[in-house]
Amino acid sequence: MNWKAFGAMLARDAHVARRNAIQLFLQTFLQPLLFVFIFGRVMVGSGYMPVAYKSLLLPGIIAISMVFTGIWAVAMPLIAEFQWTREIEDRLLAPISVGWVAIEKVIAGMLQALVAGLVVIPLAWLVLRPGVEISIPSPLTFAVVILLVAFFSACGGLALGCSMNQQHIGLMFSMVITPMVFFGCTYYPWSALKTFPVLQRAVLINPLVYASEGMRATLVPQFPHLSLTAVLIALVFFDLLLLVVGLRQFEKKAIS
Amino acid sequence: MAVGVRTNDLRKVYNSAAPTGAVGGFIARAEAKGSKQPKTQIQALDGLSLEILPGEIFGLLGPNGAGKSTTVGVLTTRVRPTSGQAWIGDHEVWKEQAQVKRLIGVVPQRPNLDFSLTAREILIFHAAYFGMGSKQRNERADALLEKFKLTERGNQMVRGFSGGLLQRLSIARAMMHDPQVLFLDEPSAGLDPQTRILLWELIREYHSAGKTVLLTTHNMEEADALCQRLAIVDHGKVIALGTPGELKASIPGGFLLRLRFSNPTGELVQRLRELAGVREVIASDGVGADIYADRGGSLIPGIAGAVSSAGAELLDVNISEPSLENLFLHHTGRSLRD
Repeated sequence: MNWKAFGAMLARDAHVARRNAIQLFLQTFLQPLLFVFIFGRVMVGSGYMPVAYKSLLLPGIIAISMVFTGIWAVAMPLIAEFQWTREIEDRLLAPISVGWVAIEKVIAGMLQALVAGLVVIPLAWLVLRPGVEISIPSPLTFAVVILLVAFFSACGGLALGCSMNQQHIGLMFSMVITPMVFFGCTYYPWSALKTFPVLQRAVLINPLVYASEGMRATLVPQFPHLSLTAVLIALVFFDLLLLVVGLRQFEKKAIS
Repeated sequence: MAVGVRTNDLRKVYNSAAPTGAVGGFIARAEAKGSKQPKTQIQALDGLSLEILPGEIFGLLGPNGAGKSTTVGVLTTRVRPTSGQAWIGDHEVWKEQAQVKRLIGVVPQRPNLDFSLTAREILIFHAAYFGMGSKQRNERADALLEKFKLTERGNQMVRGFSGGLLQRLSIARAMMHDPQVLFLDEPSAGLDPQTRILLWELIREYHSAGKTVLLTTHNMEEADALCQRLAIVDHGKVIALGTPGELKASIPGGFLLRLRFSNPTGELVQRLRELAGVREVIASDGVGADIYADRGGSLIPGIAGAVSSAGAELLDVNISEPSLENLFLHHTGRSLRD
């Protein structure tokens, strides 16, 4: 393993992220903050939603921000770099095996997802307060959950980015991202689906469900949520699955 | 110590479209097992064996789709061969990829520069991937920018660069980690003559430092001016190999006269064969003939006589001197530009 090459690639991604910091910031935080403002302030303030909804909403917003930052940070550059600018070739020719180039992308995406999660918490809290009741009774469990969430989002980005053609980006949004968000238990807890038993089972294939429920279990345990054990098992499963699929797809793209 | 390059019986069949710049020879329809849809298979390499000596400038010459880019792809770890082996020095390419990648620098057919970085950053990050220290990579980046006349552009993003600038920077990047073997895939395609000459000088200079250079081209002039030895490649095979001089000397007679006439007959072709100095006559599809001969213009009166006495009419004569173009035509019956 060539750590120098690996470190240099991470440094390159960090350098590019720094250069595009404002764009990245708006891309990552504008939508969740607007959502928090409308649902957490406007709807609650006007009495259409109970005050407790603020606390229920926050973990879902963190999950969405993290998952989509991770997916976006890995998938979008990969789609462009493999098909349009081909600039990834420079890194594929670095003295390191091709799989590690993919792992580097995953680590870079994971770091961005973690930053997104950790920044959106205080931002959303500022928009929502007063009335938000979050607590972190077990910081260690919370750390494990956000690491697993960041990892599956970056691996998902790898798998998607290496499976999609550039002309299908629009389709990726309508076919993958949008259903994932709405059936991801982000704006409501999983238990709220009990009146739709078939749907309640079906959404379990959506990894975002475990991200949202995991956040709920660690930040607002007073609300109903999936058991933490089930969440952790499912997150580890999706981490491994998406990593294996992502690496396979990456090698397929990298070597003809 | 200079490093050589070797391939043994390389074969490559693409099951789908070949990557840009590596579109292989001919397309065959083959029934894929268990699938109703016939699969398009493209045989890009068909038993290609080569030996490039350490410290040599070697050229792969051939038309588009001959398998040149696929050969470069296999040697640079980007195209996995269907069968056969390739070595850079003592390292087998598909078993020791990381070691091989340390030894090679690659200039692709299509620029693949990092659009998120400036020209100077591209060089510096490239060197960092190869583990070069900070001081050394800064010095080397500045020296290469200077040499490639890019110093003024060093701090600009490459997005707006012209084709010539992109190509120069691609070559500078490939030289950044001082590789033993430099691969250039169609290095001067689309460049203006001035940039082309600058590029040739830079390649020669790099070679004079004891490095091996492998370039692909379909430009005769470039192959002739730059390469010490050449392999002519067609349909994924080497069809001729030698120095440009040796290859040209292998054309029968050396001169090529391409004739076009009306009403050609078998008798006419026979008469042409009997003319003094004619080595070979290849009749082409009833409208003309290619004559390989040891003389050029002085054959014309004889040809004109033979044509009129056979009752035909001479429509066009084209005389060319010994060239790699003629050589390619002689081996394949097709022009390089076809």
